Amino acid sequence: MKKCGNVMVVAECYGEGTHPITFELLSKGREIADFLKTELIGILMGYNIKDKAGELLQYGADKIVIFDDEHLARFDVVLYKYLLVNLIKEERPELVLIGATRRGRSLAPRIAAALNTGLTADCIDIQVDANGDIIQVRPAFTGNIIAYIKTKSRPVMATVRYKVFKTKASYRGKGEIIIKKVKLPKDTGIRILRKERAKTVKISDAKVIVACGRGLKRREDIKMIEELAKLLDGIVGSSRPLVDEGWISRDYQIGFSGNIVKPKLYIACGISGSPQHLAGMRNSEIIIAINIDPSAPIFKIADYGIVGDLYEIIPRLVEKIKKRRVSDERKNS
Amino acid sequence: MKFHIVVPIKYVPDIEKVKFDIETRRIDRSSAPGETNPFDLNALETAVQIKEKLGGFVTAISMGPPQAELCLRDALSRGADKAILLSDVKFAGADTLATSYTLACAIKKLGHFDLIVCGEKTVDGDTGQVGPELAEHLGIPHVAYVSELREVSKDKLVVVSDMEDAYYLVEVRLPALITVTKDVNTPRLPSLRAKLRARKAEIETWNADDLSGIGDPSRFGISGSPTTVYKITLPQIKEKKCEFLKGENAIEELLRILEEGGFL
Repeated sequence: MKKCGNVMVVAECYGEGTHPITFELLSKGREIADFLKTELIGILMGYNIKDKAGELLQYGADKIVIFDDEHLARFDVVLYKYLLVNLIKEERPELVLIGATRRGRSLAPRIAAALNTGLTADCIDIQVDANGDIIQVRPAFTGNIIAYIKTKSRPVMATVRYKVFKTKASYRGKGEIIIKKVKLPKDTGIRILRKERAKTVKISDAKVIVACGRGLKRREDIKMIEELAKLLDGIVGSSRPLVDEGWISRDYQIGFSGNIVKPKLYIACGISGSPQHLAGMRNSEIIIAINIDPSAPIFKIADYGIVGDLYEIIPRLVEKIKKRRVSDERKNS
Repeated sequence: MKFHIVVPIKYVPDIEKVKFDIETRRIDRSSAPGETNPFDLNALETAVQIKEKLGGFVTAISMGPPQAELCLRDALSRGADKAILLSDVKFAGADTLATSYTLACAIKKLGHFDLIVCGEKTVDGDTGQVGPELAEHLGIPHVAYVSELREVSKDKLVVVSDMEDAYYLVEVRLPALITVTKDVNTPRLPSLRAKLRARKAEIETWNADDLSGIGDPSRFGISGSPTTVYKITLPQIKEKKCEFLKGENAIEELLRILEEGGFL
């Protein structure tokens, strides 16, 4: 086998520290690099981020390349592209992995087009076959099919979905750290004026989601769903129709055109389960479905189901949980 | 010069109905009628609203089979002024790189443009890559996931970009490309009169030869596509055996399940 280029992972770190997808990519990248008998390089870009290199080494990187400059404090996609394209031309990696976050999905295509190479979006697996070919696995057609993709150009580039790879801290934990000089391009045409507002809901990180759909009759009934969600320390989610009605913001929408979630517990209330909704939540650990129609597709992927009217079931459940809380408190006091 | 906005749109199968032939790795186009990619309607609406404000004109452009004419007529009925169909067997089998390259060549052929507006992704390919790739081929800046337009003028836009964790206010110099989310607007419905007019409108069709003076034809279609789908499968939907909780005890059972899972 000819000596193959390295595996490169582009870290994501803005504001609140390193995005966890970085560690997932490094863990998978380590596995692939070992298989290809090559090195794993982590790329860190931002401002005042040099101290984050240690974390990246812990997840198996052999080498960290750092671009640290105040101009990188904000995500100017053209600037990031410019630096990465030059680095990739120097390093000639075999594989470049970028998180399929919105930043990653804005950045990766520009790099791929600049390098005239293939890019596969939103992968849920990366494998290496017996010939040493890299295989990218991704859902398409709103999750209705799974496609297996090979790339004949180099580097192979892929964006990878958040929360599909397990993180694995590595035995290495040390390696080379290279600080690159940041050469700025002339005006990129983009100015990030300010962070307008942070999102209050981060539904993709929620451990418990209580979601409602068309079974809900009135906008104000969302309060009932919220109450249950709160009791379970979770947040409310929604299928598309309620968002389209304007009852709830798109930040809460679960499904192909909303958020893809994987909580520990997903309670679907009055959601029949369109392919577009299922594509966003079917990998939840425990799924409980409450629906009046016993033939609703949601029951096909649910662990537990109750056929019935959510307007009877939810209030009773809420009441029972509350009673329990009260009696638990009495016991404890 | 008139303000010129280009909207690339895609003809896609109705995703709720489409069927797949796993053996041949093809979609069975006869199984579902085609339609305009729903996300592209928001892009078109954005373009038409800007045109209404600044004047100028909107060109809709689509690469696809001859039937893709349908979505261009749809675009004309919703306010586009001109429509171009890129159709040729030499364009077939294109991945996002070849698609964006071909669109870039066609847009260069159109001549002057100020703004390109794309939907955030398509419902079939679901990559969201063609927009940013197109911007790179044309050497212009782009802003992805635009959920709101704040200021629109002939030389720059100020937009809100939804980056998952937060919304950012971004200024971008024109010519530029933006991709818009569904939050950006509610697409208008075409009037009957507009529909009738669009039905009769002329749609220009360009083939590979029409673009060969502008770009490298080996980068069109399958020959310009470095990625290949070599296998498709149906997702292993872990069809779970749903345990139905019934009768009077259903709520008690549910409570027990929640307790065992550590959710109470």
